[in-house]
Amino acid sequence: MPYKDEQLHEEKVFKDPVHRYVHVNDRVIWDLIATPEFQRLRRIKQLGTTYLTFHGAEHSRFNHSLGVYEIVRRIIANFEDSPRWDPNVRLLCLCAALLHDLGHGPFSHSFEKVFKLDHEHFTQQIILGDTQIHRILEQVAPGFSQKVADVIDKTYEDKLVVSLISSQIDADRMDYLQRDAYFTGVSYGHFDMERILRVMRPLEDQVVIKSSGMHAVEDYIMSRYQMYWQVYFHPVTRSAEVILSKILHRAKYLYEQDYIFKLKPTHFISFFNESVSLRDYLKLDEAVVSYYFQLWQEEDDAILRDLCERFVNRRLFKYIEFNPNQQMNVWKELYQLFQTAGINPDYYLEVDSSSDLPYDFYRPGEEEERLPIHLLKPDGDLVELSRNSDIVESISGKKRTDHKLYFPADLLRQLPADHPAKERIAEILHL
Amino acid sequence: MLTDHAKLMQFFSEAEEVTGRKKLQKMIYILQKCNFPFEEKYQFHFYGPYSEELSLRVEELCNLGFLTEQKEEKKNFFQYRYDITGDGLDFLHQFQMDMPDMTEQIALLKAKSSRFLELVSTVLYFDGLSRDEIIEKVHTVKPKQNYTDMELDEAFQFISTISPVQ
Repeated sequence: MPYKDEQLHEEKVFKDPVHRYVHVNDRVIWDLIATPEFQRLRRIKQLGTTYLTFHGAEHSRFNHSLGVYEIVRRIIANFEDSPRWDPNVRLLCLCAALLHDLGHGPFSHSFEKVFKLDHEHFTQQIILGDTQIHRILEQVAPGFSQKVADVIDKTYEDKLVVSLISSQIDADRMDYLQRDAYFTGVSYGHFDMERILRVMRPLEDQVVIKSSGMHAVEDYIMSRYQMYWQVYFHPVTRSAEVILSKILHRAKYLYEQDYIFKLKPTHFISFFNESVSLRDYLKLDEAVVSYYFQLWQEEDDAILRDLCERFVNRRLFKYIEFNPNQQMNVWKELYQLFQTAGINPDYYLEVDSSSDLPYDFYRPGEEEERLPIHLLKPDGDLVELSRNSDIVESISGKKRTDHKLYFPADLLRQLPADHPAKERIAEILHL
Repeated sequence: MLTDHAKLMQFFSEAEEVTGRKKLQKMIYILQKCNFPFEEKYQFHFYGPYSEELSLRVEELCNLGFLTEQKEEKKNFFQYRYDITGDGLDFLHQFQMDMPDMTEQIALLKAKSSRFLELVSTVLYFDGLSRDEIIEKVHTVKPKQNYTDMELDEAFQFISTISPVQ
């Protein structure tokens, strides 16, 4: 039997708190899960620094990747009777679902910003480069790895396959919303996925929703909206992200200044030099990053030491609302006051905007801006979701942006009472 | 602080007004590919390169009163037009930015249709491939657009005309 068709002697199952069980029958999927590149995802948290706000949020990209695979497996099982479904793409869909987040690194968001990286680029490299994942995929068929990479890159010819993994209602989002809600412990994020799976229909180039299932989709859109404000964009998590970014900037700056670290930061050097090889990238997981942050608490550099101590011990920055339109002068004044106070504003004062952590809101958008969610009417016509749903239309038009100013309240309070900058800083920051 | 916002405001101040979100998305992507230092992260979507980060940042600029967004109802869809405001210009003037002049490139981009810019940005997305491979890829990912050989030639010609920042 060809490798691509090989089935396990008996079905393997992973117990899963969200989907109850993740079922594996294909030898290829089982082998992919066993690779070092996939196992590495156990050491990358799904929600980065969110665990500092919601202590349960310690789940990993490994959990999520298995979940996305399981949802796609169930969608395909529902599609198998449809004349529009090509059974030959089944394994391609399952592999792409399983591997879609393979290139995520430690604390992806901050690392990507500071070191100018792109996890999608590394996903492609892992699938197409000299890795066990690549060898398994090529064993399926020569060129199969390229097909998987194209599906994940959304440039594969069969748009229906792409839309299962990536569209405005896809397996990726359906898993992370439920999983993130479960592990953070919030009561938002829940929706009737079984119902959505039952009303999904494959068309030539996209998955659409039978119009009778509109209310289940409304619930899904609502849960996206609530999860954004309650979890993903939580101001305390953003504070942790600000400190994390500042640590990385400081460490890079020190390296560029030929600062002598107590332990040579071997794992970071190619990141500091912005020439990260695949091998370097795969070696740096969150366990390694945490190890360096522990060590850097003992460094001679006071800023690096303090920032790491804040991150490790959750001594985060405080924040106030900030309006860049009305408060630009306040920013300039604060910047100078911090300098007067001997607190480096480049590391201890930051405005964080909603677009710094972009979240994929549902946008009906403009014609051909991006593909919306389409409802399939009984007469076969397609209609964009918000045109039929008042709830979705209402959410789509809501203000979804804000800006916050972050600062170390504890450090500022420690300034001597007679320090010339203290009173004015306290007045501006409501200390 | 807000440097990425300021770069976009610089774009809007030079463009004066931009009609169509799709056009805006493709203009910024093409400028990025011409080495203008826009930092918005793009991914390939159904209609070519698209940046959620850009969508949200533009929304922020509108909410701050730095841009106005006019929503016009067309036959089957809405179209949005963006103009810079006085507050937006005041905000921009507070930044000392080392942004290269992009007036010439913006004028070239504004003169083109969003369909054409979708083609140009798709060609640029695959710029690691040979010309023949790019053409094959464009037909693969955009079969419904039915881009003609003439349009493809024009796209390659346009890319060679629009000068990247050195």
